[in-house]
Amino acid sequence: MLRHIGRFGRLVASTLRNRLPIECCPSTGVSLQEQACSSGPSIASAARGFATNSHDILNTHRHASHNNWETPFDFTPENYERVAEVLARFPTNYKQSACIPLLDLAQQQNNGWLSLNAMNKVAQIIEVPPIRVYEVATFYTMFNRSPIGKYHIMVCGTTPCMLCGARSISAAIKDHLNIDYGQTTSDGLFTLGEMECMGSCVNAPMIAVADYTNGTSSFSYNYYEDLTPADAVKILETLKEGKKPKVGSQYREVASPAGQVQGGKWVPAANKAGRTLQFEASGGKPPGPFCRNLDEPAEGVESKSASPPPPPPPPPPSKEGTKAKA
Amino acid sequence: MAACSAAGVDIPRFCYHQRLSIAGNCRMCLVEVEKSPKPVASCAMPAGPGMNIKTDTPLVKKAREGVMEFLLINHPLDCPICDQGGECDLQDQSMHFGSDRGRFTEMKRSVQDKNLGPLVKTVMTRCIHCTRCVRFATEVAGVQDLGMTGRGNASEIGTYVEKAMESELSGNVIDLCPVGALTSKPYAFTARNWELKSTESVDVSDAMGQNIRVDSRGVEVMRIVPVQNDAVNEEWISDKARFQYDGLKRQRLNVPLVKGSKGLLESATWEEALVAAKDAISKVKGNEMSFIAGKLADAESLIALKDLANRLGSGNLKVEVSAPHLDADVRSNYLANSTISGIDRADVILLIGSNPRVEAPVFNARIRKTFLDGAHVAMVGEQADLTFPVEHLGTGPDALAAILKGSPMLKRLKKAQRPAIIVGPGVLNRPDSAAVLQQVHELVEKADVVREGWNGYNVLHDTASRVAALDIGFMPSARSASAPAPKLVYLLGSDDFDPADVPADAFVIYQGHHGDNGAARANIVLPGAAYTEKNATYVNFEGRTQRTKAAVPRVGDARSDWSIIRALSEVLEKPLPYSTTDEVRARLADMAPHFAQVDTVQSPMWLNGEYFQAFKDRAGKAAVEKQAFSSSISNFFQTDVISRTSINMAKCVQTRASLAHK
Repeated sequence: MLRHIGRFGRLVASTLRNRLPIECCPSTGVSLQEQACSSGPSIASAARGFATNSHDILNTHRHASHNNWETPFDFTPENYERVAEVLARFPTNYKQSACIPLLDLAQQQNNGWLSLNAMNKVAQIIEVPPIRVYEVATFYTMFNRSPIGKYHIMVCGTTPCMLCGARSISAAIKDHLNIDYGQTTSDGLFTLGEMECMGSCVNAPMIAVADYTNGTSSFSYNYYEDLTPADAVKILETLKEGKKPKVGSQYREVASPAGQVQGGKWVPAANKAGRTLQFEASGGKPPGPFCRNLDEPAEGVESKSASPPPPPPPPPPSKEGTKAKA
Repeated sequence: MAACSAAGVDIPRFCYHQRLSIAGNCRMCLVEVEKSPKPVASCAMPAGPGMNIKTDTPLVKKAREGVMEFLLINHPLDCPICDQGGECDLQDQSMHFGSDRGRFTEMKRSVQDKNLGPLVKTVMTRCIHCTRCVRFATEVAGVQDLGMTGRGNASEIGTYVEKAMESELSGNVIDLCPVGALTSKPYAFTARNWELKSTESVDVSDAMGQNIRVDSRGVEVMRIVPVQNDAVNEEWISDKARFQYDGLKRQRLNVPLVKGSKGLLESATWEEALVAAKDAISKVKGNEMSFIAGKLADAESLIALKDLANRLGSGNLKVEVSAPHLDADVRSNYLANSTISGIDRADVILLIGSNPRVEAPVFNARIRKTFLDGAHVAMVGEQADLTFPVEHLGTGPDALAAILKGSPMLKRLKKAQRPAIIVGPGVLNRPDSAAVLQQVHELVEKADVVREGWNGYNVLHDTASRVAALDIGFMPSARSASAPAPKLVYLLGSDDFDPADVPADAFVIYQGHHGDNGAARANIVLPGAAYTEKNATYVNFEGRTQRTKAAVPRVGDARSDWSIIRALSEVLEKPLPYSTTDEVRARLADMAPHFAQVDTVQSPMWLNGEYFQAFKDRAGKAAVEKQAFSSSISNFFQTDVISRTSINMAKCVQTRASLAHK
């Protein structure tokens, strides 16, 4: 019996950890999102039961003091002009096509997140039942359905960035802000999230920052590329001071092989003539690893053609022939 | 897939359903198509000429095994405690097509259960995301509450904001769900499907005659599910038809009761009760008796009561909440002449004083389908949400008059190929219905609604007994108009009688199955059988004769309704000339031949044109009042004794009220 407890206990613990915030919510009456925002790293990180990049944990709505049927939302007059402009892009019988741009507009206006009534408002404008808008808002991770910091920091964690040091970037940010993915700093300034590839692989590693400090008018969604951990911290500090950090690559001015972040430092290319750093380091040859030539037998594996033909197997040889061809 | 089933090959499926749109997301129906590099989803693939489809190859077997393995990855192994166990598509298909072992060693995901109200129980962890429920709610029920939120592994079916399904057809998602994610709340953990006895029968909760299957265990009705009948209910039934069965177990009359000396009803033997009834009846004259039939009365008991009343010299017969101006002479005058399935072909529909969503929800779904096929639907009557957009032309007779005078609607009806007018109880139950009906008939003639090969004049009734009563002629005779106030009232399951019809000093005999208003007022109570306990004939509002079958035995000392009347006639020494069910049915067929043609519609001849000339003279005297046409049903869930007694229905009312509050 005791022998099994180790494994079983772990299973139970992980199940509980995954479910605890969800289940305790109705009984305590405390909003889960509030919990996630306010509580310490351990609970909130454990609460992320599913692999989603959103900082929203649930795909259902829970009434909370800051988000319920009574929470008011309406577009500002300026934004109504933008709404009209968005709607004008689509035929009048395809108003629902405006769902995503309008949700985006609502999110910018509403400090970076969509309250229940913000989604309802969009549904009303595009004349669809609210559930159709909820479906869209829950599907896309760039829509936030719970309050968020003024700056939403998204660290790219996809392969190219990861190989170039994204983990050290995220570690530096987590250390500096003392939060984990999906959490918000206690001053309400930063929310940290992880994103999949944002297409800046050439300048890896990178982060994206959505700026919700001043509504739609000053909303920006900027990439900061070629980062070292120190750069990432510097960007956060600059943002905290209310200033604008340098957008784009932190080191290069033009799209050229000027260098790369290596081992947490910017290493400029030695030869500006156009050959990359790694070529220099390996004596003019790409350092590999290389793709194996599939026509040649791999090292250490005896070539099939060299070995005598196998004895006729039980299935007919014609089948074997097609198999080999495939 | 349709091509395969036409060729006799059954393809496994979860998401595909012939009455819903194609989603193609379960991938269970993969088949191999010659010259196609990959297996294709047969539900979404149109069959083409010269196409060679292989359904029994190693590739298909492997595909099915693979899909099944994926589906089972996140499906809990809780079949022993799952209500769907034994009738579960996933269970069956994993037996047939699945592998005998799994390779999955990770944690399964868990999904929070949703609260969809008092009828549908959810165990969302079991959901395989076929989206049948979402498509049903969106396409058939027309209540867009359900959706799929989230993405990937985290996606779940739900309403996002907690909300009960605000539909009269919500129970159908239980049948649609191929797994145990959506099951019946009232039925939960009460029975297993293999221990139930199934009896195909007919529902009486509205006038549509929805085909049902009564599943019973011993003496108890355990659940009611729909039976497919494309001409009537397709394969849906309303929530009332499905869930009111718990009312059959409560408040039942199981012994004859006679009011004793203390003024209280006391249990008696049948002999005592019938003799007491005889004593009361013999004290009054024929024309001092009145006979009122209730909403659930069957054709056999109606004819027996009519014959008995006539023998006793009374013609004072009526159905409660009567439509006084519907004459039994012309059958086309009170039927849905287009037939229920014929409505599918209509291209313009005008509803007058009808809210089909509460009067016959499944019929409403059918009108909705017609609307989605491009028909134009307009209504005159109180504004109501029919789950689809309707052109609202006004609320009362003045709007009708405006149409008559020449309006776009009149032109539209004239231009239409198959225009349909549906007259509802909102018109029939008005005191001035004769005058309104005359207006309607003028419209019918003006707009040419009845033409060669198409009869677009429809009457939508709200109670199961109405059409049979009219077919039999269970209505006041001409002489009864001058009859004095009744001294004896015989209530045949009538609980919603007009108090004016039952004077305070009248002696009341109540025959029925539930202790409700009627029994409370009665001096003698004769316990009858409910629709699940008798073999009885009902006629639905299109004139289709259908028969219920006894699924469970009657309660206590109760008797089948017509035989009670037959016994009473014996005691009164005026015996009716039939003593078996077959003989009563022969008498019914004598009266009207269509009673012998079960499950068929005999389209009546259109005689209204001639008939309404006479009608017009009569109506000329009555003035049309201004008030709006309002539906006879204000509370869909509680319309008759059974649904009023049902706890399930009471919970629905509560839920609906709390929704309205929000």
